[in-house]
Amino acid sequence: MASNNPLDSTIEALRSQISACEAQLQALKLQLAEAEARANSTGPSLLSTQYDQDMTNGVPNAWQTDSLSVLGQTNNESNPPSQALDQSPQKWPLTNDEYKRYGRQLIMPEIGLRGQLRLRAASILIIGVGGLGCPAAAYLAGAGVGKIGLVDGDIVEVSNLHRQILHSTATLGMLKVDSAVSYLKALNPGVEYVAYRERLTPESAIETFQSYDLVLDCTDTPASRYLISDACVLLGKPLVSASALRTEGQLMVLNQPARPPGDASGGPCYRCVFPKPPPAASVVSCGEGGILGPVVGVMGVLQALEAIKLVAGRTGTESVEPNGGQESQTNPDPPSLLLFSAYGSPQFRSIRLRSRKPKCAACSTHATVTPEALASGSLDYVQFCGFIGPVDALLPSERLTAYELAADLANTDMHEATARRVGTARPVIVDVREKVQFDLCSLQGSTNVPFSEISTGGESEEWLAKLRSVSPEQPILVVCRLGNDSQVAVKKMKEAGLHGDGKRWVGDLRGGLRAWRENVDPEFPDY
Amino acid sequence: MAEDASGTDGLQVTVEFTGGLEMLFSNRRKHQITLPVRDENDAAANIAYLVRYLCQNVMRDHRKELFVLDDTVRPGILVLINDGDWELEGGEEYEIQPNDNILFVSTLHGG
Ligand SMILES: [Zn+2]
Repeated sequence: MASNNPLDSTIEALRSQISACEAQLQALKLQLAEAEARANSTGPSLLSTQYDQDMTNGVPNAWQTDSLSVLGQTNNESNPPSQALDQSPQKWPLTNDEYKRYGRQLIMPEIGLRGQLRLRAASILIIGVGGLGCPAAAYLAGAGVGKIGLVDGDIVEVSNLHRQILHSTATLGMLKVDSAVSYLKALNPGVEYVAYRERLTPESAIETFQSYDLVLDCTDTPASRYLISDACVLLGKPLVSASALRTEGQLMVLNQPARPPGDASGGPCYRCVFPKPPPAASVVSCGEGGILGPVVGVMGVLQALEAIKLVAGRTGTESVEPNGGQESQTNPDPPSLLLFSAYGSPQFRSIRLRSRKPKCAACSTHATVTPEALASGSLDYVQFCGFIGPVDALLPSERLTAYELAADLANTDMHEATARRVGTARPVIVDVREKVQFDLCSLQGSTNVPFSEISTGGESEEWLAKLRSVSPEQPILVVCRLGNDSQVAVKKMKEAGLHGDGKRWVGDLRGGLRAWRENVDPEFPDY
Repeated sequence: MAEDASGTDGLQVTVEFTGGLEMLFSNRRKHQITLPVRDENDAAANIAYLVRYLCQNVMRDHRKELFVLDDTVRPGILVLINDGDWELEGGEEYEIQPNDNILFVSTLHGG
C-alpha cells in the first residue's frame, strides 16, 4: 500500500481538502435550515418565551392562550400580546440567541448575567495566533467576549497543524490571523474580530493596545515578551502570559492589579520576575526542542480561563472594568506562577511570586521604559535579548559541502579533489543529532553519537571509546540537522585528540542534513 | 537516608530542575542531595553555596554557562524555595534548612 510516489500524496491531500470542504458545506446547510426554521416560527416562539414571564391572570399567559385557543375563544382583542411586545423590544439585557448560546455559563454564579454583560463589553488582544493563541481565542470567542484582536504576521505552515487548532489543511499558506478569523466567525459570528496582519513592533504596540482591556501574550520569543509587558505597564492593562516547550508549560497573570508605574500595590510585571533576559544560547524554540500539541493547548486554554475570570469578575475580587478602570474590593489573588508538566507528578504546581520590584525598569519609580522611548523605537528589544547567528567555528578546510560528500559517496574512494584534503579512505559519518531524531531518518552507513553525550562526557566516555576504535586513516565527518552542533562537535573531537595531531581529517557537513536535502537528496525527510 | 535530616553528615535536600534544566543534570528532574551543613568558608550553607555545589558535584554537562553566569544562576532561571519565589526568602543568602525543596525553573519561551 505504501508508496513514495509524490502524486499519491497530492491526491491524498486533495481528497482530504475536498472532504473538509464538504463537511463545512454540510454544516452551513444545517445552519441555514435551522435559521429558516427559526425565521418561520419567530412570532409564536418569541411569544411563548415572553409569556412565561408574564402572568397577568395568575397563570402564564401562554397557557391561557393555549387553553383559550382550544376553547375557540380569544382573551382580550383590544390588547393582543404581539402589540405589548412591540412596545418593549429591549425587555431583556441579552438577546435570545445570547441566552441560548451562553446558557451553560450564564447559570453559573461565577458568570451570571452580570458576568456575561461584562464579557460582552470587554475587548481582549491576543498576540500570537499559534499553539497558545488558537485555543485561547477559540474559548474567548465561544464565551462571548465583545471584541477580540489578533496580532500575527506569520502564515500557516503544515508543521503548525498538530497544535494550532484554528488553522487547517485548507488554510495552509494563509496569514494566521485571517485563517483564525474565518474559523472564529464560524464559531461565533456575534463577536467583533480585528486582524493585525503583522508582527508587533515597539512603534505599533501602544496604539494597538490602547483600545483593549486585557492582553494575552501568546508569542514565542523573549523580545516580544518584554515588549508586551512594557506596553501593558505603560497603558495599565493586565497581562496573561503563557509559554510552553516540549512537555511543559508556564502561566503568569502579570500587572494585575494594573496600577500605574511606581505604585507598589500593582501586580509585578515580566521585568520584575525576569529583570535580565536569558542568554540567547539558552533559548530553545518549539522548532528546535519540540512541543506536544495538548501541552501548549492546555496553557492556551488556561490563558482564556484567567482572562474570563479577570473580565467577568468574581465576588470579593478585583476585576477588569471594560472602561479601563478597576473595581477595587478585597485583595486580588497574590501573584503566582503556574507550572505544568505533562509527565510530572503532580502535573500542576503553583508558585508564590514576588511583588513589584522596587527598582524595576518598567513598573517602579525608577522606570526607564517610557511611552516616548517605546514609540520612538529607541528600545531595541531584539538587541536587549541578544541573538545567536549561525555558528562559524571551523575553517573552510574543515568542512565538506553536500555536493562534495555526494560525489565521494558515489565512489568507493574519496573524490580526487576532496581526497587531497581529507584523505582517500572512505569517511566514517558521525551523526550528532539526538537519538530520537537519528531514528527518524539518517544517512546510509552513518553512526549516531548524540550531541548531549558529547557535551556531558569526560575522557572516559563511551562515545570517545567508540570513535577511538575507528581506524586512524579513516576521516571523521560529523553531520547534524543544520550544521551548527556539528562544528561544536568537531572542536570537541579535536580537543579529545581524535585528529591524531593532524594525521586524521575531522570535519563537518556544511549546512547539515538540510543542505543535503536541498542540494542532493530532495527525498530526505524534512521534519 | 538518615531519619534525622539535620545530622552532622549534612543537609538532606530535594533539588528539582524543570524547563529543560534537567537535561544539564543527567536528564533527571529530581535529585536527593546531601549538602554539607557549612560551606568552604565555614558559613551556613545557603543557596549560593548550593549552586556552587551542584556545579561541582552534580552537573556533568560541560555547558556550565547554561546554568550559572557571574557566579549566580543565569538570567531566565527562577529559584523556588518550598514553592515560593526565592526573592520572598532572601535570595542567594537564604540558609538552607533540612528537607527543603529547591526548584530551579528555566523560563520557557515557546508558544
Ligand atoms: Zn516590573
